[in-house]
Amino acid sequence: MKGEPKKLALTVNGKPYELTVKSNTLLVDVLRKELKLTGTKVGCLDSACGACTVHIDGKAVRSCSVLALQTNGRQVTTIEGVADGDQLHPIQEAMVEHGAIECGFCTPGMVMSAKALLDENPSPTREEVREAIQGNLCADEGYVKYIEAIEIAAEKMRGGQ
Amino acid sequence: MGETFGNYSIIGKQMPRVDAKAKVTGQAKYAADIELPGMLWGQVKRSPYAHARILNIDTSKAEKLPGVKAVVTGKDFGGFKWGWSRETRDEEPFATTKVRYLYEGVAAVAATSEEVAEEACDLIEVEYEPLAGVFDPFEAMQEGAPLVHEDRPGNICVEYHWNFGDVEKAFAESYLVWEDTFQTPRMAKGYIEPPAVVAYWPDPHHIVYQGAKGSPYFPYRILSRCFNLPLSNVRVIQPFIGSDFGGTKNDMVHCDFAAVMLSKKTARPVKLVYTQFDELSTCLRRHPMWLTIKTGVTKDGILKATYLKVVADGGAYTRMSPLTMFLTGTCMTLPYELPNFKYDAYNYFTNNPSSAAMRGHGLYHSRFAADVQLEMIAEELGIDPVEIRLRNAIENPKPGKVYQTVNEVHVASCGVKECVEKVAQAVNWEKVKGKKRVEGSKAYGIAITAATYNSGTKLSAHNACAAIIRVCEDGSVNYLTGASDVGQGSDTVTCAIAAEVLGIGLEDIDLKRVDTAFTPVDPGSYGSRVTVLAGQAAIKAALDAKRQLLEVAAQQFGVKPEEVEIKNKQVFVKSNPERSMSWERLVRIACYETPGKVIIGRGYSTQGISLLGLAVFSRGVGDIGTNYSFTAQAVEVEVDVETGLVKCTDNSVIAHDCGFPLNPQAVETQCQGGSYHQGVAAALYEEFKMDKGQTLNANFIDYKRPRACEAPMTRVEHVLTNDPYGPFGAKEASEGSCCSAPPAVINAIYNATGVWIKDLPAQPEKVFWALKKQREKGKGKK
Repeated sequence: MKGEPKKLALTVNGKPYELTVKSNTLLVDVLRKELKLTGTKVGCLDSACGACTVHIDGKAVRSCSVLALQTNGRQVTTIEGVADGDQLHPIQEAMVEHGAIECGFCTPGMVMSAKALLDENPSPTREEVREAIQGNLCADEGYVKYIEAIEIAAEKMRGGQ
Repeated sequence: MGETFGNYSIIGKQMPRVDAKAKVTGQAKYAADIELPGMLWGQVKRSPYAHARILNIDTSKAEKLPGVKAVVTGKDFGGFKWGWSRETRDEEPFATTKVRYLYEGVAAVAATSEEVAEEACDLIEVEYEPLAGVFDPFEAMQEGAPLVHEDRPGNICVEYHWNFGDVEKAFAESYLVWEDTFQTPRMAKGYIEPPAVVAYWPDPHHIVYQGAKGSPYFPYRILSRCFNLPLSNVRVIQPFIGSDFGGTKNDMVHCDFAAVMLSKKTARPVKLVYTQFDELSTCLRRHPMWLTIKTGVTKDGILKATYLKVVADGGAYTRMSPLTMFLTGTCMTLPYELPNFKYDAYNYFTNNPSSAAMRGHGLYHSRFAADVQLEMIAEELGIDPVEIRLRNAIENPKPGKVYQTVNEVHVASCGVKECVEKVAQAVNWEKVKGKKRVEGSKAYGIAITAATYNSGTKLSAHNACAAIIRVCEDGSVNYLTGASDVGQGSDTVTCAIAAEVLGIGLEDIDLKRVDTAFTPVDPGSYGSRVTVLAGQAAIKAALDAKRQLLEVAAQQFGVKPEEVEIKNKQVFVKSNPERSMSWERLVRIACYETPGKVIIGRGYSTQGISLLGLAVFSRGVGDIGTNYSFTAQAVEVEVDVETGLVKCTDNSVIAHDCGFPLNPQAVETQCQGGSYHQGVAAALYEEFKMDKGQTLNANFIDYKRPRACEAPMTRVEHVLTNDPYGPFGAKEASEGSCCSAPPAVINAIYNATGVWIKDLPAQPEKVFWALKKQREKGKGKK
């Protein structure tokens, strides 16, 4: 009833892992409980808040809506894999400098959604930015500075290329 | 953006938040992220009835389940009851004799895994005798209605009757008397982080509690009493907090008591994490209120009198309802002059989850009713809505003077006129006023409102925030505070204040989050109190440390301490700045010159207790705030007249008088967020649908939240009034815009369509039917 354990091989933040997981285990639980990557947050488990957003093969996905076994052989990136050591990613840097972050609970998911957008579309319109983060609920800061920070980061990333 | 204010080194300028890097990299640990060796998982057993007598609880089957380590029920707490104040202790950690709302906790389990704990809960057998319930205040007030608390006749939870001036006489003398009823919705707090906690007993006499609490000294006090331990033995260590808008994250919920009692029984750490369903269906929510407001004005639109009658749904337990009902009334005399004011408030117990404080606490309800009504009155009298607000707005008191309202609220700085003028100018009011714009099926309307909010909120008993500044021997500084940053940015501004006063950099200060074993006691993060009161504590602690260092410097320079100054990490003689040394050198001399000093600066706030007296809830007089912020807001809406769908456009401006913006960027996000998440959300989106105590939409799919796709790109303009009671002149930022947004949205909808939505939220269906009714009425007239 609880799902038979199966082997799972995946790459998380560039590091290969081999695990045994139950077939009904969610990706978010593997990340948080097995791999101790607690930067990925759990807000709702209904795929409604986006706090658990990670990348699977570069696409932003809510890790509460994916079974761990579905990521077999895939590349998963979490918030812990975004900065390069002490060097923040331009999106992170812009969010810090532009004052976009308040309580921070939605921030990791917000970064992951924004990064998936800018990796694919370096020059998004404001509507495209809004759309990219519309699955990420924030409760305190009003989205304005998040949207502006993503635009600032996009500009910086374009300039740097 | 990028604006700087005042002639300071750090404050008033753009500064990165001290906790932003930890948050943006996922390193910041929240309660649910904590894991301890040997940790067990807990789960709460909940009642399937909204109102029922508990006849028997049998835990024997659950106890026998392999992996179960302990089961607790309400009886384990020995009759302990708790509440928001001594007089209102009406709640047990777990119900023992009666449940009063659906899914109220009756027991809890600790087991080796979440799955086992959940299974064990299913094995607990509870025998109930279901009772008839009351599910809104109008049912609750009926004669012979079932009683939620047998000792509370009439289901009355809170009742206030205030009368200032002569309302009846003023109505009789008024040119126009206008009466209307408004309604505010049942709303979630809306934070994304559900309650979570880990607790353990390092020995049988000490508790360690790490929970998602924005006011960590609430559990500190409550747990001390509950477990009969001295406060010195209760250690609350605060993780990062995923927002707290009042209620659940101030007070206790079942998981908090469960974690501590289960860990006592098992001598192992116990962790409980609520689901969002637990949160939305059982935790504290914003009060729904029915507000009947009657206002008299002169021919020129000058307010003469208001009579406000409020009926509120308090839910199952008292919680903070006495404060809510006070706040709903007290600031009716701001931001406009009101010489006569009468208030009757009735808050009833019902078999719904308890209501409590929420961002914009109290004032949001009455400001919505009053500012929508003012718009109606302006139209009736043919006065420009901006003009009527300016005519009634309180003047900024001259320096040294204080404005006193008829209910003895005191205002030393008031920028409301400037706020209204600024937003009017920003949206080009003179050109756009009274003009309807229709493009296809979309109608556009714009409106301007004004609001106030109390900051540095002071209640009876302990009010003081404190700070300890430890100057380390290498010149770095530890900042210890009992104040909590739940996202509003207080950690950053208190560090900035300390750095400014000490004359060092923000990066030189390392803030320690609350650990009640080491940090000084603090009331909590509520009522926009932290920046104002913890800010004063920061100033005092920094001055204390600085005084000690200046004495050493004076000795070195052979001058008096008052002749020395520290700025940008340079210590120098004021009259001859070339005689100087570095901050690090001064600290080293102080610490190392035999026998060596230990530089510790201490300070606590006094503003909250020493000013013009405290508020008296029963009489409705006095100050709940140390000072008061003022806000004006312009909102433009786009109404789809075919579907009733309303959204705010980017033509959205807030002007906010926070006295002095210590961190301008943070003031902007606070105003934008307060307006959208808790203001516009109330006006357009959020409402719990209830059926006999059951929350039908207890998830973020069916319960519509404000999202980025519809977020107005609100601009924020700063209005500076330098309040004499705030640190560097500061007052609150954010709760004001929670209050100005809902009436602005509703007035804008009217200006777009000619339809008044008096019961929030203006969801599409409601607007659709109102528009249809209006069209049919129009046809009938023809």
